[in-house]
Amino acid sequence: MKSLLAPRHAVIAAVVLLLLALPAYTQLTGNAFLVTLFTRIVILAMAATSLNLILGYGGMVSFGHSVYLGIGGYAVGILAVEGVRSGFVQWPVGIAVCALFALIVGALSLRTRGVYFIMITLAFAQLVYYFGVGLDRYGADDGLSIAQRSSFAGLIDLSNRAVFYYLCLALLLGTIFLTSRLVNSRFGMVLQGARSNERRMRAIGFPTFRYRLTAFVISGALCGLAGALLANHTGFISPATMHWTRSGDLIVMVVLGGMASLFGPLMGAVALLSLEEALPVLIRAAASPLGADTAVRMAEYWQIVLGPLFLLVVLFARGGIDGVLRGAQRA
Amino acid sequence: MLLLIEQCLNGLQFGLLLFLLAAGLTLVFGIMDLVNLAHGSLYMLGAYFAATFVSWTDSFVIGAVLALGATLIVGMLMEVVALRRLYGRDHLDHVLGTFGLILFFNELVRVVWGPAGLSLPLPMWLISPIEILPGLFYPAYRIAIIVTALAVAVFLYVLVMRTRLGMLIRAGASNREMTGALGVNINLLYTMVFGLGAALAGLAGLMQAPILTVQIGMGENILILAFVVIIIGGIGSIRGAFIAAILVGLIDTIGRAFLPDLLRAVFNSRTAATVAPAMSSMMIYLLMAVVLMLRPEGLFPVSSK
Repeated sequence: MKSLLAPRHAVIAAVVLLLLALPAYTQLTGNAFLVTLFTRIVILAMAATSLNLILGYGGMVSFGHSVYLGIGGYAVGILAVEGVRSGFVQWPVGIAVCALFALIVGALSLRTRGVYFIMITLAFAQLVYYFGVGLDRYGADDGLSIAQRSSFAGLIDLSNRAVFYYLCLALLLGTIFLTSRLVNSRFGMVLQGARSNERRMRAIGFPTFRYRLTAFVISGALCGLAGALLANHTGFISPATMHWTRSGDLIVMVVLGGMASLFGPLMGAVALLSLEEALPVLIRAAASPLGADTAVRMAEYWQIVLGPLFLLVVLFARGGIDGVLRGAQRA
Repeated sequence: MLLLIEQCLNGLQFGLLLFLLAAGLTLVFGIMDLVNLAHGSLYMLGAYFAATFVSWTDSFVIGAVLALGATLIVGMLMEVVALRRLYGRDHLDHVLGTFGLILFFNELVRVVWGPAGLSLPLPMWLISPIEILPGLFYPAYRIAIIVTALAVAVFLYVLVMRTRLGMLIRAGASNREMTGALGVNINLLYTMVFGLGAALAGLAGLMQAPILTVQIGMGENILILAFVVIIIGGIGSIRGAFIAAILVGLIDTIGRAFLPDLLRAVFNSRTAATVAPAMSSMMIYLLMAVVLMLRPEGLFPVSSK
């Protein structure tokens, strides 16, 4: 088991340990913001992991995956408004609606290939986005506030920050574990075979459409769960969650972290979202010799650094973070 | 009846604007096989350049021409510096890279022009409405948009189908290596095509600027519509983009104009006012989904590949 000590595994272990120890650290320092930030990171990492199942392993580029975050969130929000506060109802409903929607979208879109698949998944996502905008009873464009987090009959108290964080983390690790079991099973082999050469897989006798559709539905359902978590976390759900740029963010996380890599999406989510927080601070520090005012003003423009950074990753770090770590392992 | 004609003209005008944006996108997509999400940023830059140059020169036409040139240059720079390196890569790499460019350009605009939106005032001679039919007055500026865009469409058709440059573009699209081997400077050709697409996006942006506010992120929603147009039309087909753009423009505008009244028959008026715009947007995506289900490669697939 020499490979356990390889840099890639060391980094993964370090990140997971860090995530596990985070609430204890914030307890000591009293920095509650970090828990809020990392709860968000963990939830979006879960969404990215679910996307990776179809994008990385299945070769299906869904450019409308944030729609499942939205549907999961709206399931929580709408049920809460209608007086159903139990998470035992809210969450399964969110997951079920997402699975059903994914089944319909998948059945209709998996006929198309390449860019056309990207665009048809986007089209369905936009349909739901505008449906959300038109949901007059549930806040329309302005969204819906969720006054209370889902209740679980006293079993678990989600209003406690640390408890909620650990629940999200557990679900994330569960999703990664499920993904690893799936992709290493016969099912996963067929899925990856269909990504590499679908015609050949069909010639061997596998009904690839069914395998791909199943993966698509699983991915949508998992992302719906992440959506229910996200709505609980922010206490708010609006069509903006389903905007196409949010779907783009999820793709960025997966590609940045490394496609078809179990922990890649987690790495990508941590990297992207902590860069978003850290870049302003870094720029302010770097520009401080120019005077405090200038530094603060320059720090506002952190995206001017982040954007080209994506481009550099695409150009020079193929396979994302995971690819770089793998490369370090080989050297 | 007059209202219907007026709304059809509005739809035609919006569709033609979409065509300008989609034409560049479909050229770049069809010829270089590049998914350029940053195309909307060029649209935004065109509008910002126009607002600036018009206020500098005090002339709408000179300002617009300068803005067109500036967008062309930015587009060519963008191709040479960054996008050229992405040809032949996976579409996902394009999505990630050009997504980064969107962030960059949005922020750059914030640095240069500030976070507040700009407005681009129209000159007097374009403000007054013109009586195009007895009793039907239509804004001169919108007519100017329709005429300009139609002229551009004809120009594009002639350029691609009837000139030597167009022949090279088509040759480059069907076989890059062979065209290069025959002595054509394919890099220069691609840069020119990209610049042309950028200028068209800039033209769409600067023509839309007096109607809407010039603001950061203005290119993002219309970019998705432009993608819808090129998918419905078939990637790489300018003719398909033209027909699909007008179809989408008409559906969007007529839906927005008449759905509220139809819905008021079912819902109360406040609900109708919220639901109607959402429904007309949904119809466009529904159209695209139906087209793709029936014809997975769009209405006018380019058969050469």
